[in-house]
Amino acid sequence: MRIVVQEQPFDLGAEASAFASGRSDMGAVVTFTGIVRDLAQGDLDVMEIEHYPGMTEAALTDIANQAQGRWDLGDVLIIHRYGRMAPGDLIMMVATASPHRKDAFEAAEFLMDYLKSRAPFWKKEHTRGGASWVAAKDEDEEALDRW
Amino acid sequence: MNVLYFAWVRERIGVPREQVDSQAKTVTDLVEELKAREPRYEAAFADLSALRVAVDQQLTDFDAPLDGAREVAFFPPMTGG
Repeated sequence: MRIVVQEQPFDLGAEASAFASGRSDMGAVVTFTGIVRDLAQGDLDVMEIEHYPGMTEAALTDIANQAQGRWDLGDVLIIHRYGRMAPGDLIMMVATASPHRKDAFEAAEFLMDYLKSRAPFWKKEHTRGGASWVAAKDEDEEALDRW
Repeated sequence: MNVLYFAWVRERIGVPREQVDSQAKTVTDLVEELKAREPRYEAAFADLSALRVAVDQQLTDFDAPLDGAREVAFFPPMTGG
């Protein structure tokens, strides 16, 4: 398991290639990547992400441990950035490796659902019109019920 | 204890963290003590349903006890991913 919380960009291709490499017992690798999107008005300049150093790493480790307890996983990777990002920049990625496709997919979805509302990150959108904190969605909280 | 604030809670209170001398038994007691201090705390804690709390970096509830707590953090619902 590897948990990374960093300000600098990461290389999705390199991370995905290195993940679970050499593990011939892992038949399935799933990766998910979160990207800064400019959805509202098309005028997003900067996405700023704040986090809670210390608790962030602990919460991500806990979520990854839960996933490893529930699914047959050979490895888990979570990379999440903080700081200022532009539209199109990569915010985060998760990767799961399993002997089985179903476990890899489900565990990746579980990680994403928990990470959205249980890992201490907060997004702030800076646009020409000003800056505002992104509100949590009810559906993100409800998404946890299925697990 | 150390009290930390994040996102708009930090902005309303005006500092990211502060040392607070408190005998509060629960998180709610601590919130009441802070609200009595200054209007900026009153503004930040006006609607507790819009806030989350962590004690010693573990998410918990507002009725959680503060026995031996070293760090309490207040923040809005998280928006990771």
